[in-house]
Amino acid sequence: MNSRTEPPYDTSPAPWLDRIDAYPTQHICGFQVRPGRLFPFGATEVPSGINFSIYSNHATSVVLVLFRRGEAEPMAELPFPASFRIGSVFAMTVFGLELEEVEYGYRVAGPFQPGQGHRFEPARILLDPYAKMLSGGQTWGKLRSPGAVRGLVAYEDFDWEDDGPLQLPYEDLVIYELHVRGFTRHESSGVRAAGTFAGLTEKIPYLRQLGINCVELMPVFEFNELDNVYTDPVSGLPLWNYWGYSPVSFFAPKAAYAATGRQGMQIEEFKNMVKQLHQAGIEVILDVVFNHTAEGNEKGPVISFRGIDNKTFYMMAPDGSYLNFSGTGNTLNCNHPVVRGFVLDCLRHWAGEFHVDGFRFDLASILGRAPDGTPLSNPPLLETLAHDPVLRNCKLIAEAWDAAGIYQVGSFPSYHRWSEWNGRYRDAIRRFIKGDDGTAAEMATRLAGSADLYERRGAAASVNFITAHDGFTLRDLISYNEKHNEANGEQNQDGDNSNNSWNCGHEGETDDPEIQALRGRQARNALLLLLTSRGIPMLQAGDEAGRTQHGNNNGYCHDEPSWFDWSLVQSNESLVRFTRLAIAFRRAHPVLCHVPQAEPPDAAGAPPGLSWHGQRAWVADWSPQNHLLAAMFYAAGPVPDCVFIAANADWRDQALELPAAPGGLAWQLFADTGLEPPAEICEPGAERPLAVPGQLNVKARSTVILTGRAVSPATHRDEES
Amino acid sequence: MTFSADPEFSSITATIRLSGELDSGSAPQFEQVINDVAGRDVSRLVLGMEELAYLSSAGLRCLVFAQQKMPAGVPIILTGLQPDVAETIRLTGFDRRVQIQGRADA
Repeated sequence: MNSRTEPPYDTSPAPWLDRIDAYPTQHICGFQVRPGRLFPFGATEVPSGINFSIYSNHATSVVLVLFRRGEAEPMAELPFPASFRIGSVFAMTVFGLELEEVEYGYRVAGPFQPGQGHRFEPARILLDPYAKMLSGGQTWGKLRSPGAVRGLVAYEDFDWEDDGPLQLPYEDLVIYELHVRGFTRHESSGVRAAGTFAGLTEKIPYLRQLGINCVELMPVFEFNELDNVYTDPVSGLPLWNYWGYSPVSFFAPKAAYAATGRQGMQIEEFKNMVKQLHQAGIEVILDVVFNHTAEGNEKGPVISFRGIDNKTFYMMAPDGSYLNFSGTGNTLNCNHPVVRGFVLDCLRHWAGEFHVDGFRFDLASILGRAPDGTPLSNPPLLETLAHDPVLRNCKLIAEAWDAAGIYQVGSFPSYHRWSEWNGRYRDAIRRFIKGDDGTAAEMATRLAGSADLYERRGAAASVNFITAHDGFTLRDLISYNEKHNEANGEQNQDGDNSNNSWNCGHEGETDDPEIQALRGRQARNALLLLLTSRGIPMLQAGDEAGRTQHGNNNGYCHDEPSWFDWSLVQSNESLVRFTRLAIAFRRAHPVLCHVPQAEPPDAAGAPPGLSWHGQRAWVADWSPQNHLLAAMFYAAGPVPDCVFIAANADWRDQALELPAAPGGLAWQLFADTGLEPPAEICEPGAERPLAVPGQLNVKARSTVILTGRAVSPATHRDEES
Repeated sequence: MTFSADPEFSSITATIRLSGELDSGSAPQFEQVINDVAGRDVSRLVLGMEELAYLSSAGLRCLVFAQQKMPAGVPIILTGLQPDVAETIRLTGFDRRVQIQGRADA
């Protein structure tokens, strides 16, 4: 019942000295106040009151605006006296406030000189950048106007019991990228708290069964889902900002993603989700957006930073206009010393308070730009994050490009800490599977961990993926040659044009059984290569069940059409099973994840740790017209581990001569995507001998996986019993 | 609605009947009652929640506080929860740490 253990010493209360500064020194507007504590920034519970601390380098004065919960008009406006300011930090403790009954904001005065970058407007009430919870957005689609969002004061204690970040080795991760709302909002999800953190918690058994050990959550910071200027060309209705890559707040979890958001318990619900995921052995990575904010350019809403210290928080051109490297109107000035501190505070908050295991940084190359936009060779922010003690064990994953031309896959300033979304892996696997000429050699490099990009950091720096939220789903990748984004309201002009997709002979859904069978093979070929590649595989939620966006490769603006329809898990049960078994196989074969410490020498008959083959054993064909890739992974040791992969992206069957399985092992068949399900794959450990030992016929557009197993008569008997 | 938390004691059981709203305003009052109960020799704690209409974040903390204050091994049994309150407790995961039953006298 109670998991706490009794300490071996007297636990009666120790003598405790009350603070000698926990009393009011003056009254403002009828409230008892005193000069506040500078740290932490934000609104914090202190004995008998709430401490408010905010900084602005260019403000002349600040007013704390207090509201009774839910009321539109303030109950009080408390100017910070001059003595409550140290440096550019304004701090005040207000006594007698009931924590759950207060909302707050600030009025900040200073120059309005857009040409100099200053945009102070004390008439507006601004959101605290450090607010831990927000009011006004508890129900999806019904956000109070963005300029009228207020801060709430949060209890920051939580009984984590003995929970801590899992610290799984990078190499062992299998990441599953999902959208918190879309994952369980569909009625077929069968969860009670659909579309929420609690809904995700309810789906933990599914995640465990699938075998993934890390979820990467698309943005969960407060954002405005109504923030989209486009309309549906058919209905004329406004489109959504469904994905949420447009933060209103950086510290507050999205209330509309919490079933308990209306009670202001989104933080507890989120923390409970993390705790339960950890208990299931699943890490939590947050997709975080620090490159821009929801305030847009000078035409955008004034929510927070713009009115608090525009010139500090945003990258500005010399004429005071906004530099736009994010494609959204503004760029956070993330290498400014003050903003660096802000980003660091935020990440420490999520790592320390919420126990998250890592972060994936959207358009991370922007975080390497100087305040004037110049790319830096040694960006202070990236270096700080790489060496921060709180973040020491957090996974840091960069989307190593931005919207203004930087592409740093393989060259992101990593400090040996940062991993990257390997965009070149995605392109290579798509082109290889589709059968493009001249792709087998690059696919080989990607399969082996992309040493051309990550030789020094190792394969753990490479997050491998076929699909992610941005682009086609896996099913659409094999069903469409072209994007079909008409419903996004931009005449199909949005979204990437280079998808390296192939529709297998018909654009879109079809009843043609041959095309359906080919698509089934192509999906399996892609999944199997991904899950046998060195590096960190990442799956997009729903791809295991054939989720479609009907050819839309930029689904950011659609709510319901983006939801995971869980009836697919039944109707595409065989693909879900295939994915589960391919993940299980990866986890059963460390040779696929870990490069052996010292590769065994090519002597005494032992093969190297990784060798390449072709139609003839030991002879790989790297010519552009070759579409066959055959690799053998081998690790010696007390229990030798050996996996042979033959991927035939050609339209013709190919016969292979197999290399001898090393170490007295014999080849057994784990998967052959050329076979009809359910014979195309088996449970790891239940592999069967080859029809013709030493030879392999790999069918057109098929992938075969073999594993070397010790086959003694005793083993046979065990299997039969 | 005014909050109240009234303890009753039988041989081994302490029962606290809660009514009204348990939030940041009423939480300190409840914590005092818990402190009082924790000082007595009881082997189970029943929280009768038939009349509890609302549980806020502060209220949930009180339940965690109660669990921490009671000696290890003393079960905490929540009875008669109204649907919204039960749902809140479930969504935030506290249901894993207590027993939930239908009625206070069950």
